[in-house]
Amino acid sequence: MSAYDIVLKSREKGRPTAAKYIKNIVEDFLELHGDRRYADDRAIIGGIGYVAGRPVTVLGIEKGEDTNDKIAHNFGCAHPEGYRKAVRLMKEAEKFHRPVLCFVDTSGAYCGIGAEERGQSEAIANSILEMIRLKTPALSVIIGEGGSGGALGLCAADEVWITETSTYSVISPEGCASILWKDSGKVAEAAERLHLTAQELLKLGAVERVIEEKGFSTEFYEGLKADIAAFFAKKCTESGDELIAARYARFRKF
Amino acid sequence: MSFNFNDIKKLFIRKPKNTLEGTENSEQPTNDSEAAHIPDKLAEKCEKCGQIVLSAEMEENFNVCPKCGHYKKMTARARIGMCAENFSELFADVEGKDILDFPGYAEKIAALREKTGEKEGVVCGTGEIGGVQCAIFSMDYRFLMGSMGHAVGEKIARTFEYATEHKLPVVGFVLSGGARMQEGIVSLMQMAKTSAAVAKHGEAGLLYVAVLTDPTTGGVSASFAFDADIILAEKGALIGFAGPRVIEQTIRQKLPEGFQRAELLQEKGFVDRICERKDMKETLAAILKLHCAEVSE
Repeated sequence: MSAYDIVLKSREKGRPTAAKYIKNIVEDFLELHGDRRYADDRAIIGGIGYVAGRPVTVLGIEKGEDTNDKIAHNFGCAHPEGYRKAVRLMKEAEKFHRPVLCFVDTSGAYCGIGAEERGQSEAIANSILEMIRLKTPALSVIIGEGGSGGALGLCAADEVWITETSTYSVISPEGCASILWKDSGKVAEAAERLHLTAQELLKLGAVERVIEEKGFSTEFYEGLKADIAAFFAKKCTESGDELIAARYARFRKF
Repeated sequence: MSFNFNDIKKLFIRKPKNTLEGTENSEQPTNDSEAAHIPDKLAEKCEKCGQIVLSAEMEENFNVCPKCGHYKKMTARARIGMCAENFSELFADVEGKDILDFPGYAEKIAALREKTGEKEGVVCGTGEIGGVQCAIFSMDYRFLMGSMGHAVGEKIARTFEYATEHKLPVVGFVLSGGARMQEGIVSLMQMAKTSAAVAKHGEAGLLYVAVLTDPTTGGVSASFAFDADIILAEKGALIGFAGPRVIEQTIRQKLPEGFQRAELLQEKGFVDRICERKDMKETLAAILKLHCAEVSE
């Protein structure tokens, strides 16, 4: 598959969204709403539940399934409120010594008048900063599109995993082709040049693990769940300072 | 009455005030025969109002157009020169890497180095502002509009690490279009790297003041720019996450007047203070002074 084929696949209709992952991996998920400041952003869903019996805080950038659902979730493009809700729930996780699990799938943070006026930059900046210094373990799994700063806002984790036909990039190939080359026909080349596929990201050290999708079968979710449980079991033995030091080193290497 | 042209011209040739200006204007005439060459910058056209302004007058006025008040973009070193004394550069050798072998990128960087005399898009070091020793970084518009790739992120992270180690406040002059797409995911990771360094500096109880200048957008705006304790913004600066053109394309409507400008950000509560360029040094000095004041009970 070419890089651009993978880009298309990562956006494909019918691809499981964050809600599906939560349903299959998190037991007794209880959704919690709102940023306690302005609104509840449905583009980022969050709450508490269990992974293999361990209490966790879960966040997911949700694109929505059918048309109405997509509109309700703003196609997975979060406003500042989404990132502020994420930070609120991360801090809550820290208080109660729970690890944080994020499912990431977004073409990018929303760009619009309200998003800008309510401080999209500040919200993302703060989410990155708070996640980096979180005293409990954090794992992010990219399950579709990892679109730039909007994805990074929930990817300042101990490890970042990615499913095999997902992408993670500083800019969309469309954006790159039009801004850099002023040629929207060069999208496929841009996709190649940006090294945004799972395997390329693994080589660059931007992700720790590439997960086989196995047709998004029951086996896939069971396997991922077991891996997440094992990861948290290991990380939960580390102190807050150790976690922060390792996270610092993870990003410092770039 | 007759004038010797060279004598008149000498009036407009400013002697460098300090070493900061060395690389920016390396064509300082050293003798009369060279002085006979008319400098490019005797006068210049304001990029906003289009009126011709004497360069000396423009400089005297803090690079603000005396006719229309437009803020001319300043190079990283000119910016530091305007606010700091005894600047001593750090991490000057840090260079970028064309890690993705991106088409045309290495050539572009080489050409910019040649043209600007700078190795990368940020100048870092230590200096004094109002007598207070601090770590300083200043971003340069001439280098792909201050975009952040490995080198820019590395220098900024090191500046914060140095400041943490030496217990110094950080003053950062921010100017950037965002992450540098030619370095792909490595650029995106600089956002997390710089944020991590800012977090450590902050946890040591140290002060970070960011001065957001025109433009401050994208990945830089969404990382260390908005991580500061005190955020000053230069009058009229464009500050935002997405660029105005991208927003217009997304929402298919024209943006209101003053949208994403420093004044609106202050009104909405995202910057502490708009600062005029002529007051920048004094304002920074006042902030720094207060943070190192010792109270005798």
